[in-house]
Amino acid sequence: MREMRDTRRTTRNTRPSRPTSIIVLSVFYTFLFAAMLVYISYSSTVNKQKYINNNYNTRQKILLAQNTRGKILSRDGDVLACTETDKKGKEVRKYPYGNEFAHIVGYASNGKAGVESFANYYLINTGIDLAEKVSYDSKKQKYPGDDVTTTLSVKLQEVCCKALSSRRGAIVVTDPKTGEVLAMVSKPDFDPNTIEKDWKGFLEDKSDNANLLNRATQGLYPPGSTFKIVTSLAYLREHPKDYEDYTFTCKGRVSEGDNTISCYHGEKHGSLDLYKSFAKSCNSSYANIGLSVKQSTYNDVLKDLMFNDRLPEDFLYSRSKAKYKDNMSKGDVMQLAIGQGATAVSPMHMNMITAAIANNGTLMKPHVIKQITTADNKIVESYGGEEYKRLMSEEEARILTEMMTQVVEKGTASKLKGLSYTAAGKTGSAEFNSSKSDSHAWFTGFAPAEDPQICITVIVEDAGSGGSFAVPIAKRVFDAYFGIG
Amino acid sequence: MKLYVTEIAKYVIALLLFLYTADSFWALTKPYESDRKIIYTRQIFCMFGVQLSCFIQILARTGKVAYLFFFLFQIVVFASVIMLFYVIYPDANKLVVNNMCMLLMIGIIMLTRLSYEKAIRQFIVIAISFVIGFFIPELIFRLNVLKRYTWIFAAVGITAIGIVLILGKTVNGSKITYKIAGITFQPSEFTKILFLFFMAGALYKAKDILTLAKVAAVAGVHVIILVLSKDLGSALLFFIVFLALVYIATNNIGYLFMGLGFGALASVIAYGLFSHIQVRVKAWLDPFGNIEQAGYQLSQSLFGISSGGAFGLGLYGGAPQSIPFVEQDFIFSAIAEELGIVFAVIMTLICLSTFMHIMYEGYTIRDRYYRLISCGIGVAYIFQTFLTIGGGSRFIPLTGVTLPLVSYGGTSVMVSVIMMMIFEGICLIRNFEEAEDEIRRDRERDTRDYYYNERNERYEEDY
Repeated sequence: MREMRDTRRTTRNTRPSRPTSIIVLSVFYTFLFAAMLVYISYSSTVNKQKYINNNYNTRQKILLAQNTRGKILSRDGDVLACTETDKKGKEVRKYPYGNEFAHIVGYASNGKAGVESFANYYLINTGIDLAEKVSYDSKKQKYPGDDVTTTLSVKLQEVCCKALSSRRGAIVVTDPKTGEVLAMVSKPDFDPNTIEKDWKGFLEDKSDNANLLNRATQGLYPPGSTFKIVTSLAYLREHPKDYEDYTFTCKGRVSEGDNTISCYHGEKHGSLDLYKSFAKSCNSSYANIGLSVKQSTYNDVLKDLMFNDRLPEDFLYSRSKAKYKDNMSKGDVMQLAIGQGATAVSPMHMNMITAAIANNGTLMKPHVIKQITTADNKIVESYGGEEYKRLMSEEEARILTEMMTQVVEKGTASKLKGLSYTAAGKTGSAEFNSSKSDSHAWFTGFAPAEDPQICITVIVEDAGSGGSFAVPIAKRVFDAYFGIG
Repeated sequence: MKLYVTEIAKYVIALLLFLYTADSFWALTKPYESDRKIIYTRQIFCMFGVQLSCFIQILARTGKVAYLFFFLFQIVVFASVIMLFYVIYPDANKLVVNNMCMLLMIGIIMLTRLSYEKAIRQFIVIAISFVIGFFIPELIFRLNVLKRYTWIFAAVGITAIGIVLILGKTVNGSKITYKIAGITFQPSEFTKILFLFFMAGALYKAKDILTLAKVAAVAGVHVIILVLSKDLGSALLFFIVFLALVYIATNNIGYLFMGLGFGALASVIAYGLFSHIQVRVKAWLDPFGNIEQAGYQLSQSLFGISSGGAFGLGLYGGAPQSIPFVEQDFIFSAIAEELGIVFAVIMTLICLSTFMHIMYEGYTIRDRYYRLISCGIGVAYIFQTFLTIGGGSRFIPLTGVTLPLVSYGGTSVMVSVIMMMIFEGICLIRNFEEAEDEIRRDRERDTRDYYYNERNERYEEDY
């Protein structure tokens, strides 16, 4: 037998040559299938969460029929959202803090928003053990969905809510060293407990209230003087050694052709260096700086600071807009330098820039979800401590921190002076209506200046100057954080 | 308890299918049936293991006793098919028979879960196909005259699909079926077989430019009729089979590139002419943007594939019914969802290994006519598999063809079984060729020995 096979093999080799075409086709289809199977495995794994959140995907309903939606918790374990079953056996989503966490925790009906939306996948899935599942089965109960622990602090959120009271605006509080979002408030707000009932009213409301809009991430505001941080950084890029030699004499206004830039309330600041220009928030001086900086330098800085670009956020957000265009008039350049004109920034973005300054120039990836745990306390996923990118050099961050400290010591944020902690920041009074002199009040800053732990950005719509209206709010939040008062 | 059973079954199913498939590829290194005995034994064990585990899952979830009888009946039928085949055709390629049974089983399992009624109908068709199929290898082996009817095959094929174009019923926008005596036929499936015999008959002797032009014209008529019937998948399939067979017959890759270039040009023109092609392409580029209309099927299919994860949600654990036409065009998505991506990928590899075995036979057989048919079957099979799986997973635009042997569809299953059986007939011919070689070599050796001895004797005499 063996012998016979051997002869067969030898004769096969001596046969006339076989068509290579068959080999070519076989190899071709093998590679084609390999490519297809890799594609299928990869794309289905990567898109899993996105697909399950699609409203046309009926599997959400299957998961909800099988699992009870998980809880959303604060960083200290307080329940921010949970599902309860009423007497009739109907599941109701409860939000114990009502309006307070409206925008950040969001809602699970009407298309979903906030944490309810971007953590939906985990909330409706369950990671409990098989044995646990069996015991729930025997009790004829649904499995508990996974719980989401956020980075939010109930205490700070409450202070922010109270501080903003009935004004329109937004507050973002983060930890610059970790990127954790500690609080996020946007007003006007809504009660997520009754969102289904109120929904139609909100949609039909044609006023400027826009209760459903999360102003902290989706609101785009003229940044006003807070944008002088950006202009300063551009100047530092061009004068890394001799920025301290800058001098300017402020006469309350500066004109270039038909365009005039005035200082706030026409105040004359006199003789200034860079630090003083920043501390006093002198528009004339910054218009002058803006005109001196090259277009390419300015646009590079804007690019580094993520303007006109994607932001590292899970939320629905608006991209900030700022550009030194090719054919800009000198008047427009001066407007750009002081954060007026076409420039628009979201409070969350301003907070990211500030946090990067506080963290030696590196932006930590901002996040609201700290951890996903199963109902039996197994960790499914944890987040945090992830660097997003370096926005500026360490030296630049150090100089800007020094400048922002002077704003508190000698400038427009003097309401934060002489406290047990040293704060640093920048105020802004952004004019949003060219015909009137109304302005949004801004403050963005951090504390303690020497070892930043908390970074805050405040905007109060149509309030007046940042120093009078936004800084006191920041102070209340700082005080609460450091346990004063 | 129920939960433990279904969860453990998931992993057992995937593991058994993996072992099965590993053997399918391993067998490629052993070209002789006599070396494969142990492989076949292992495969049969894994095959029935997969089936058993799946039915345990089904019974655990539904608790219906009727399913148990259906399952037992299947075991009887599949086991006797495999045994009978081993006895009647010991020289045929049993690996392809195993693969065929494995894929049919997976199809029935998934159909049982989707629609018990359809599963039973499918099973009856499979049983009938086997009865017919048993005669086919022998017929192929004996009917050498098939080589003569080249142009008649083409005429019959064109008539069949032509009638559908004129008289056929429009289903889901395509004219592909018609009814005879209450039974719905899909003639484009049967025409596939006729087309293969036509191509092989036309190309096995002559490959001059005139013959090629005639063949191209006839193939073109097939493709055009199918495009007009809006049966894009079949049209593409015929075109690809035509190209592959011209390439194999001439062994000239230039024809392949020329054909592909022409095909690309024709696709662009067709895209401009037919709105239903534009709709398909649009749905492919952005299924979620068009989710309410053209993109709905594809979006649902993608949801299905992605929701199962590596080991699936378990039978009855997902929502494959939310995909329109899941039993025909999207059975792969249903399998990926409930049996898992791992299972679906391994199953696709079974299809690929089947293709490789078929091509290998085509490579070894000497008779050019049967080589072309064998390779034609291989290419038609693998390309159709590619169209279905690639279309349902957004790798390529959707064309709406069935997954051979797995999808629901009487004509589709029957034609797929018949094609595999034709292939088995070709294996018999290849075996016969080898036996002939053996005899001839023996005879040559005898004669050589004879002359050698004689010469020696003469030599001795001289001495």
